[in-house]
Amino acid sequence: MINPYLIHPATIMEKIREADSIHTYRLRLNDEETRRNFRFAAGQFNMVYLFGVGEVAISIVSDPEEPERLDHTIRSVGRVTSAIAQLQLGETLGIRGPFGQGWPLEAVRGHDVVIVTGGLGCAPVVGAIDYMFRRRRHYGSVKIIHGVKTSRDLLFHERFEAWGKQPDTEVLLASTRPDETWRYHVGVVTDLFERVTLDPAKTMVLMCGPEIMMRLGVPILMRRGIPATAIYVSLERHMECGIGLCGHCQMGPYFLCKDGPVMRYDLVEPWLGRGGV
Amino acid sequence: MSQGIGLDIRNPQLETIIGEIRRMSRLASNGLESQRPRLGVFKFASCDGCQLSILNLEDELLALGQALDIAYFPEASSTIDSGPYELALVEGSITTEEDAHRIRFVREQAKVLITIGACATAGGIQALRNWGDVESFKQVVYPSPHYIQSLKTSTPIAEHVHVDFELWGCPIDKGQLLRVITDLLAGVQPRLPVESVCLECKRRGNVCVMVAKGLACLGPVTRAGCGAICPSMGRDCYGCFGPTEGTRKGPGLPPNTASLANHFHDGLHLIPVEVLRRFRGINGYAVPFREESNAWEQR
Amino acid sequence: MARETCGILSRTNFHRLLDALSAKGYRLVGPMVHDGAVVWDTIQRVSDLPIGWRDHQEPGRYRLEQTGSQEIFGVVHGPQSLKPFAFTPREPLVQIERSKDGFTTRSTLPSSEKVAIIGARACDLAGLGIQDQIFLQGEYQDPYYATRRGGLFIIAVNCTRALQTCFCASMDTGPCAKNGFDLALTEVDDQLLIEAGSEAGSDLLSALSLSPASQGLTRQAAALGDACAQSQVRRLDRTRLPQALYEAHEHPRWDDVAARCLACANCTMVCPTCFCHKVEETPDLTRQNSEHSRLWDSCFTQEHGYIHGKNIRPTIKDRYRMWVTHKLASWIDQFGTSGCVGCGRCITWCPVGIDLTEEVSALLKSSEQRSTSSRPQEAPGR
Repeated sequence: MINPYLIHPATIMEKIREADSIHTYRLRLNDEETRRNFRFAAGQFNMVYLFGVGEVAISIVSDPEEPERLDHTIRSVGRVTSAIAQLQLGETLGIRGPFGQGWPLEAVRGHDVVIVTGGLGCAPVVGAIDYMFRRRRHYGSVKIIHGVKTSRDLLFHERFEAWGKQPDTEVLLASTRPDETWRYHVGVVTDLFERVTLDPAKTMVLMCGPEIMMRLGVPILMRRGIPATAIYVSLERHMECGIGLCGHCQMGPYFLCKDGPVMRYDLVEPWLGRGGV
Repeated sequence: MSQGIGLDIRNPQLETIIGEIRRMSRLASNGLESQRPRLGVFKFASCDGCQLSILNLEDELLALGQALDIAYFPEASSTIDSGPYELALVEGSITTEEDAHRIRFVREQAKVLITIGACATAGGIQALRNWGDVESFKQVVYPSPHYIQSLKTSTPIAEHVHVDFELWGCPIDKGQLLRVITDLLAGVQPRLPVESVCLECKRRGNVCVMVAKGLACLGPVTRAGCGAICPSMGRDCYGCFGPTEGTRKGPGLPPNTASLANHFHDGLHLIPVEVLRRFRGINGYAVPFREESNAWEQR
Repeated sequence: MARETCGILSRTNFHRLLDALSAKGYRLVGPMVHDGAVVWDTIQRVSDLPIGWRDHQEPGRYRLEQTGSQEIFGVVHGPQSLKPFAFTPREPLVQIERSKDGFTTRSTLPSSEKVAIIGARACDLAGLGIQDQIFLQGEYQDPYYATRRGGLFIIAVNCTRALQTCFCASMDTGPCAKNGFDLALTEVDDQLLIEAGSEAGSDLLSALSLSPASQGLTRQAAALGDACAQSQVRRLDRTRLPQALYEAHEHPRWDDVAARCLACANCTMVCPTCFCHKVEETPDLTRQNSEHSRLWDSCFTQEHGYIHGKNIRPTIKDRYRMWVTHKLASWIDQFGTSGCVGCGRCITWCPVGIDLTEEVSALLKSSEQRSTSSRPQEAPGR
């Protein structure tokens, strides 16, 4: 029986500063066999372990086609992540994973794609975007819509710029509190929905960010004719085991660590925004 | 009173300080002894029991002495080094004018200030004076009461200066103390459970003393950390680890002292003054317990 | 030798069963009187069992009474179900040791031990079955649970007396054991009717070469079980679950029960099916070694609903609602079965005597008069 609790040491190969208190850690599993057999899908996550402190669930940002390189973009928000932020190159983290359901990239094939993200929510879709662009002709038009609070919160600026240069691709950015250098929309991310042309019959939506963005944004998309079944959201809850056994990550009938984190919107709609769920 | 060690809320200022402690600790463990973070242990109105818990660490005391430079600990050593201290452990409550000044001085000298025990964290058993008349106590107890210089109240450290972490208990649990120090040396914000004693009690396989014996146990509203010592001995918990979760009570949040108090009265047939006394104990001045016992004064 | 599936043993010969188990290398565990209740403990002989004792349970109250009879299994149950045997309250998972280039990890699987549990009730078996489903039959199997579970030999006792707090009949889990046991006993006067429920149980029965059970005794045992079911005073109406509870999300009864609930987590600790656990990391002071362990957790704790900087379930109302809605509604969606087995422990061991059946009945009653839309209503965010 495989022990899903066993932690696999991994070395920090690169530590890239993305924004204030946000870093991307490029990890390489130490054990050669584990490293060679490690496969993941875009949107899946790892439990990242810090010696003597504990684990946190972090989505894998890097390309699923290069599974020996595991990028995790981590914001210091709690005790584990703040302590991870003190680590340097060459130090060791642990990994268990990959866990959860990633983005439905096969189902999306042949469709126009709208990707809506907010804040650090852009990280879990990076792998999916790279995957689609590597198979550009299999996908219709791509619209990447991303919102941040301040301009300093914008990560992956070069990536957004590069994506915008892809054929039949639009990148739209919004900031609610930008500084004078901001060249994009000023306002909330949902404002941008009105700016894109959509063919609702052949559009699928991938969404990741604060739940409030989903609750306000999805009805707008649905009014434009996109069915709830064509919208996928990546959700967050307290994850402690990553394998659906510890009970913390429930949302209604779902364990978000194994049924999610990517969920079809119509399934979770009744529970989103319900107090205490 | 501060929130205590509970939720995982970021405190960037404290993070910087803890990061510095981690850096020093690393240098020290690489042979730079002079970089060992300095520890001061300070006593206010208390019985010294929590300081004794430090001395009772036994094997770990040596490791502690290696990891930290014990610069000020009069209970244990005659060496008295002046501050500043990376880490100050403060025992006892504030009951005199002089101590009210001294704690400010300790705070200035300390990068991280941790209260240890019920006295420092909630005013202690001596906070019962806050409901009495200190002048009349003095007259009754002392032949020359005019020698006694004392405040009318016993108050927790956090009512005087900012406290970074709180260790509850009478006395504190040595495992929790080690845990907090270990975390700080590693550059991690410490976190201790704020759940009820009942979880520890049930994990130990104890039979509930309230349900099976009708004892008025405070376990359901008391913070875990002791390992459910009293119920394991067949005794009711008397709340020495203070209230569960926040020390400030909001509507609908734990600890639900009102429901437990009502059950003591209606279900276990305690008379109101007995209910009041259950809550007015070692941590009687901690806000949720204080408010509950005050409510029973009217009954 | 023909394989036996049924037989009888007189009370005075009951030790033969224990001896046979000991001879097979099992550690014997049974209910023992301790601190005013029964708890599972290692037993050496029949007299260690709570002979003549009976338990009386009501909301928030448990008392034992010595009746002076020779009844071996007169106590229905104590605070512990079978849960601690396979899903232990604290299980070390991984040892982590610092090395010159980082750290190494090693799993700390328990050693398997043969344990015979004597006196499990039908509700306990149902609870264990649900835990098996969670820890062994999902996408990920839990090797710690599997190791402990694999060593268990379970001797059930069919209930012939219902407590005031029992409602297994309405949950269709008891009072007689249906499956999940190796042997099942029914105490009928001074006889013990024994049935095998597994190959291992059958082998043991054959080795004991018992007298065959008369039809009369078998009928009498069945009648005692029926009467026990009939005598249950509590029940839980499952007919409109899970939907009715989802719809009761904004029911005022939640505020009412939250005013009484202590959020102390006792209900979840004694529940045979509650499986929530948290992981605790304990490094030593030198930070050379660290242990990664799991502990029983509860949806009533502050940490349970916590996600960076915010608590999804800050209030007692949120937490009680989470527990009941999960146990009785979403559990059905997750596992195809209710998470409640009707043992009544949450009622007895609630320090303030909150009665799950009463709460659910109140929650379902007025929701009948409310809209019966198939979807839960969107509630305003907190």
